[in-house]
Amino acid sequence: MNVVAASLGAAGGLAVAGTVLAILSGRSFRAALVGALTALSGAAAVVAGAAAAGGTAWSLVVPDLLPLTGVELATDPLSGWFLLLIGAVTAVCGIYAIGYASRQGHGPGSRTSLALLPLFAASLMLVPVAASVPTLLVGWELMAVTSLLLVLTEHRHAPAVRDAGIWYAALTQLGFVALLVGLTWLASAAGGTSFADIRAGAATVDSVTAGLVFLLGLVGFAGKAGAVPLHPWLPRAHAESPSHVSALMSAAMVKLGVYGLLRLGFDLLGGGARWWWLILAAVGAASALYGITQAAVARDIKRMLAFSTSENVGLILLGVGFAGMYAQAGNPTAAALALGAALLHAANHSAFKALLFTGAGSVVRATGTRDMDRLGGLVRAMPATTVLFAGGALAAAALPPGNGFVSEWLLLQSLLHPGPDAGTVLTIAAPIAVAVVAATAGIGVVTYVKAVGTGFLARPRSDRAAAARESPPSMVVAMVLAGLACVALAVVPGLAVPALSRITSDLRLAGPGETIAASTLALRVEAATLWPLWTVVGIVAGTAAVAVAARALGRARRRAPAWDCGGGPLTERMEYTATSFAEPLQRIFDNVLAPEQDVDVTHAAESRYHVAAIRFHQRIPDRIENRIYRPLVAALRSLGERARPLASGSVHRYLGYMLIALLAVLIVGVLP
Amino acid sequence: MTVLVALGQAVLLAVLAPYVLGITRAVRARLEGRAGRRLGQPWRDLRKLLRKPPTSPSDASLFFVAAPPVLMATSLLVAIAAPFVATTSLAGEADLIIVVGLLLLGTVALALAGLDTGTAFGGMGASREMMIAALVEPTLLLSVFALSVRVGSTDLATIVTAGATDPASVFTPASALAAAALAIVTLAECGRVPVDNPSTHLELTMVHEAMVLEYSGRDLALVEWASALRLTILLGLLANLFAPWGVATELTPAALAVGTAAFVAKVGGLAAVLAAGEVFAAKLRLFRVPELLAGSFALALLAVLAAAVLG
Repeated sequence: MNVVAASLGAAGGLAVAGTVLAILSGRSFRAALVGALTALSGAAAVVAGAAAAGGTAWSLVVPDLLPLTGVELATDPLSGWFLLLIGAVTAVCGIYAIGYASRQGHGPGSRTSLALLPLFAASLMLVPVAASVPTLLVGWELMAVTSLLLVLTEHRHAPAVRDAGIWYAALTQLGFVALLVGLTWLASAAGGTSFADIRAGAATVDSVTAGLVFLLGLVGFAGKAGAVPLHPWLPRAHAESPSHVSALMSAAMVKLGVYGLLRLGFDLLGGGARWWWLILAAVGAASALYGITQAAVARDIKRMLAFSTSENVGLILLGVGFAGMYAQAGNPTAAALALGAALLHAANHSAFKALLFTGAGSVVRATGTRDMDRLGGLVRAMPATTVLFAGGALAAAALPPGNGFVSEWLLLQSLLHPGPDAGTVLTIAAPIAVAVVAATAGIGVVTYVKAVGTGFLARPRSDRAAAARESPPSMVVAMVLAGLACVALAVVPGLAVPALSRITSDLRLAGPGETIAASTLALRVEAATLWPLWTVVGIVAGTAAVAVAARALGRARRRAPAWDCGGGPLTERMEYTATSFAEPLQRIFDNVLAPEQDVDVTHAAESRYHVAAIRFHQRIPDRIENRIYRPLVAALRSLGERARPLASGSVHRYLGYMLIALLAVLIVGVLP
Repeated sequence: MTVLVALGQAVLLAVLAPYVLGITRAVRARLEGRAGRRLGQPWRDLRKLLRKPPTSPSDASLFFVAAPPVLMATSLLVAIAAPFVATTSLAGEADLIIVVGLLLLGTVALALAGLDTGTAFGGMGASREMMIAALVEPTLLLSVFALSVRVGSTDLATIVTAGATDPASVFTPASALAAAALAIVTLAECGRVPVDNPSTHLELTMVHEAMVLEYSGRDLALVEWASALRLTILLGLLANLFAPWGVATELTPAALAVGTAAFVAKVGGLAAVLAAGEVFAAKLRLFRVPELLAGSFALALLAVLAAAVLG
């Protein structure tokens, strides 16, 4: 029994124990118990993931656990990498839940919600270690169902929660159907349900079948990853669920969509054709741009983070798409670099998004609002949360010395050198991709400056923001842990490179160490070097030195009311809010965003020339949703209305329908 | 030795920066028919401000206090690492992407400080500055792409050395287009006409100045000094990327002396050209600025395509 088996067993056992004890235990210590067990389960998964990413192989076949096919599990470096991310995020969210779910009654502290949390974590861990199509599908569906129920935790508070649940259920089941069809088709074409059989038989699958299987997988996996246009569930589900669930979904669950695409495209189907990856890169680019534009104008702090998840997943998919295209163009080194950048960005995104969602959760818990227009002034009441959130924002904005910068640097490096004989498509696609990454980074900076500047700084703009208190220690500890992960990834990303090399060589791209030569201190690609540690040290030490030197020159700082060009005493209503901060950008992207604005002017009773009050209301709708989903939903609804006469209430007719359906299935099944 | 050269280069830029500002003001005054102030006046202003204690607005937090040192530190780091006088820079490799990132970090620190004051003007300046920064970023990185195609690296020293040793390689259509794009971007990054007017007195049209309205004393000195340093850095990069003549490619005293003299002359000349251009241009309306930046983006995209197609 090796270390992967032992720690995976421990992770699963602890998660199941968490679920059982959540059902059995009393309410006063339920959150602490479940949180601790979930965190320990996550820690065990981290050990398993690190060992698997380090090259320890393990596999297990339990023939009788599922009827007909049994359960097959295995780990390789790729699954180990994602297991590591999931475990780390689970550990953070488990600790966070101790404080976050400590309020009893309906909500995150309820018995159902706490019992589902470890089960959700366990299902997340099951997906990357699944080694056969049925096991993967069971894990996938378990993950969908548990996360759906967790999204609905606060269903009594707002109708928006139920709405989010319906959107999530519909889109996730659509994705599941696509996966079910695609993977079973692949299994039947390749002659076996286990991944080893499919790998062996992949060469016999004809290219049309393989392409269609990949497209079906794209719908299922990219939908789960929150890529445009399958994203409408994401801002709703991330915003309305409890914050530790948002963190788990955003930092861990959406990554499994990326995992699925890598497993299907590179591993099971062996690379495929160039157009697959061009579509994937286009989907990634669209998600990145659309996600960050929506995030830049969002008022709701969690909706903003959710759209930023779409953006980051888009960047990851862009990297994966280019890896595939480079591999097809016969440039395995560049392919491995692009894939390494995508995988490292996945890890970075997990770290900073876990930090940001837990930080946002602290704000929501302390103030009861997610509206950044009504926040502000939290830096004095919640200094720890503010500093940690600002650190996460620095990383998410891809600024040095944050960890997001490291992976975006690698991604840009992989796009900057398409190679001399890359072909027309890559020669044109690579500069466009650079422009997309750069535009995303630029707008991302605006987004996170807005989040920190209007959400946390200046004066509180509502009573609830003014009455905020710092979160309980367990929540702060969880945020600190996520922050430390960000720091580690920012300072010594080179430590991850051996695992990345192992994954890329497993996926038949390039041998270890050929692409990113990394010592502990430097990342060296083809013709450029990044010194992450020196960047961090330089910025921190330089700032401290300048501050100390400037202070030594003169007298102490004074405090006085703000000057503001001699204006009168300032009120918080004069401050820039999140909406006003993003207004210039919104005006530039007016054609893309199409905001809906209402201005109601109430005139004084005496004269039309005197204005008594002006009400301004603005909504920025999701246009993709309006254009694609609204007509679709309307069509389905009218179809349902028209099909009503079919349900006449007669049992005989229903039995007749069942007979016809059975016959149809049999005919379809026998025909080929 | 490389460490000493790098530090010396940073000191040179820090000392030179206020004079660069002085040159732009003097040239502008002459062209407008005024006598103007002496070249060293910005230095005297800095010395005066550095002695005065700073004042923090009562609503401001740590972000307001930290922004000037962060701005100064990031500018100094770029001044240390990038090849201005000599191409043998500190780590051996200063990446163009990280230079862009460091400058953006300084902008972000100042924007957060503007929001931190809780004043309407601070927020306004921060919002506008970030909008411009967001639109500048794609152009910057695309120009980087165009320049890196030529030498196969984003390393600044490699690009500059290639230009210094093979001057003919600088005169390509791709270089010319990238130079035009970068020049527009430099104007936007430094808050010069036509994007922003550094000497405006009307708060409602301010961008950069509105963000720093609440700074005083040595905080203000740091902000002003760092802004001058950023102008010098960007002019120096522009000069060395597209006219890399005289840059020391080896560490001999003679080469370093030539490099220093060439650098001072190039930056001084560019500053004079910049000021002369400003006299004949008017500031654009804020919402016309995106059109200008879109134009520079198009130039950068053409530069990349030219670099890819023409080699």
